[in-house]
Amino acid sequence: MADPIKVYPPKPSHVYFYATCLVDMFYPDAGMAGIQLLEREGIRVIFPEDQTCCGQPAYTSGYHDEARAVARAQLDLFPEDWPIVVPSGSCGGMMRKHYPGLFRNTDQETKAAGIAARTWELTDFLLNVCHIKLEDLGEPTNVAMHTSCSARREMGIAEVGPRLIGQLNNVNLVEQVRAEECCGFGGTFAVRHPEISGAMVSEKVDTLTDTGAGAFVTTDCGCLMNIAGFAEKNQKPLSGQHILSFLWERTNPGKGDNS
Amino acid sequence: MTQAPHHTDVREFHPRARAAIADPKIRKNFRKAMDGLITKRKDAFEGWDLEALRDLGANIRLRALANLPDLLEQLEKKLTENGVKVHWAIDGDEACRIIRDICVARNAKTVIKGKSMVTEEMELNHYLDDHDIEALESDLGEYIVQLAGETPSHIIMPAIHKNTGEISELMHEKTGTDLSSDVEYLTASARQQLREKFMNADVGVSGVNFAVAETGTLCLVENEGNGRMTTTVPPCHIAVTGIEKVVGNLEDVVPLLALLTRSATGQHITTYFNMISGPRKPEELDGPEEVHLVLVDNGRSSIYQDDELLDTLRCIRCGACMNHCPVYTRVGGHTYGTTYPGPIGKILMPHLIGLDEGRHLPTASSLCGACGEVCPVKIPIPDLLVRLRQESVDGDKLNPAKVRGHGAKRGTLEALVWRGWSWMHARPGAYRLGTTVASRLRRLQPGKLGGWTRYRTAPKLAARTLHERMKERGQ
Repeated sequence: MADPIKVYPPKPSHVYFYATCLVDMFYPDAGMAGIQLLEREGIRVIFPEDQTCCGQPAYTSGYHDEARAVARAQLDLFPEDWPIVVPSGSCGGMMRKHYPGLFRNTDQETKAAGIAARTWELTDFLLNVCHIKLEDLGEPTNVAMHTSCSARREMGIAEVGPRLIGQLNNVNLVEQVRAEECCGFGGTFAVRHPEISGAMVSEKVDTLTDTGAGAFVTTDCGCLMNIAGFAEKNQKPLSGQHILSFLWERTNPGKGDNS
Repeated sequence: MTQAPHHTDVREFHPRARAAIADPKIRKNFRKAMDGLITKRKDAFEGWDLEALRDLGANIRLRALANLPDLLEQLEKKLTENGVKVHWAIDGDEACRIIRDICVARNAKTVIKGKSMVTEEMELNHYLDDHDIEALESDLGEYIVQLAGETPSHIIMPAIHKNTGEISELMHEKTGTDLSSDVEYLTASARQQLREKFMNADVGVSGVNFAVAETGTLCLVENEGNGRMTTTVPPCHIAVTGIEKVVGNLEDVVPLLALLTRSATGQHITTYFNMISGPRKPEELDGPEEVHLVLVDNGRSSIYQDDELLDTLRCIRCGACMNHCPVYTRVGGHTYGTTYPGPIGKILMPHLIGLDEGRHLPTASSLCGACGEVCPVKIPIPDLLVRLRQESVDGDKLNPAKVRGHGAKRGTLEALVWRGWSWMHARPGAYRLGTTVASRLRRLQPGKLGGWTRYRTAPKLAARTLHERMKERGQ
């Protein structure tokens, strides 16, 4: 009945980096930041070239045959028994929590369960597997954080982002009202129910803006695209960044070098 | 077959959602009420090992459901021994007929009702009205909703969509009370009106929170005393419940009650907790001379057939899922057009009205998981929403859909889009080519993307994909 206890592995020599399609196409800087953070911890990062998408958009829309076909194409990308790290609570949650069910009673059942068991959200991996120690090189600043619902509830890592930011001496993390409430993204929900999603993101932008920080970070590109896109369209004084980009920029002496 | 509440087309979800979102009064009433309930719940569980308690609650419900047929038989046997007449109804209509027949046999003309969602499901009030039997709601919230000719907008707080001013105006118009913002005065006026009805009612109808099989005890949780009045003052009491409300033993009630009141209203215990075990005995001075229990199926046994959907039946009707739902908070209960609104409504109603009628319900969620996180019996609501989405588009050949009305939402174009999406993402070469070309042509990206760009700017494709950057890096 209770969720299985999460057991962190020892720090490995190698990891597989599963970028997610949103990072690949829209936020490659966040992906590079994540890779560089891992490499700085002395880990060899393997980027399987044939990765595409975890299949979640079709899965949550109910098109499970289509989701399974896409997910199946990911199953052979991780032949060694190394952890798979994902810069997203949402896609990480799809692989960790939903792959076993998606492949139940198929020939890939065991393989999918194996992949699920070694999939980690990247910030969680940095904090709890790498035991990363961040040295802040930036100017004093305030920032707010929006933890995605999948990171918070599906992956259970609501405390990870604040703890990482807490390591940065010159960063003051401010908390918005109703921090745990959804930003209204929800994948196809934002398109199927635009008014409801619009009302949700509007209030999320208000609470983030009201902190006075002027900037927020988040664990997931869906939320980032939603919240920052609303702020931009409505000219709100709020900018957004993936938490990995933020952490890399704060701690990398050659700031901006993001190749 | 039970239909959606009177005069409401469930399929018209979108226009109602738009109207609710544009209505500042609805937005404010719900936000204020839900914020209050969230805080109260949180405070009430302070110092408790909530996860352990939720595990216990879930296990009690699962155990009861695993033994449901036996427990129902045991319940019937014990209640019959206690002098309670037990009736079985396959659907809402049959349950309504049973209640009417009891009323007719007693020549009853007036019915007073305690709060009961299953009678809302059956639309009992309309049915009795059509058969010249007056049914009056005695729960204050239900009473207000009945005065207004509406349906409940929340399963615990039926009139939560109205503020004090609106209630005052309604009571003034319908019952002649003074216009007042004094809640005490309004409550006292309603109490006065209801007291007379209690004294004269021929039959009392109530719901049931837990039916204990071992002892044949019907438990009723309430705050206003109207439940106790309903079940003790009139000469005949008819309790109505869904078949899933049975538990094995009296010990099972303790943790469930602790979870229910704290999850629902943030109370450690409600003002009243009634345990009804039979009609008045010869030596007793009060209580009804006749007690009935109507056990209503209405789609529940078909939910019971499926190991995953079965979890829907764990529900103890606390309403915490709607209190914490960001969608419910924005659109309010009436937008759903269903007896049960909010997350529990989205997973339960499709079974009651068919997935064709209720096709929009499972989609009206961002799958944020707040509902599942607070559910006192750990119903995996987001997973069940995804399951129903799959059923509504017949989306899984390995696990064919089985809910009544499945496949109604499958559209040719949408199915084609997903097939194309799947084709490309299952072929790494096609995916890399497609994403690289898209990044090169990013300046041609349309600025308008349907509902997305009504509220936000379009997402911006990067100049180079991560795939390309990693390739240049030599990986």
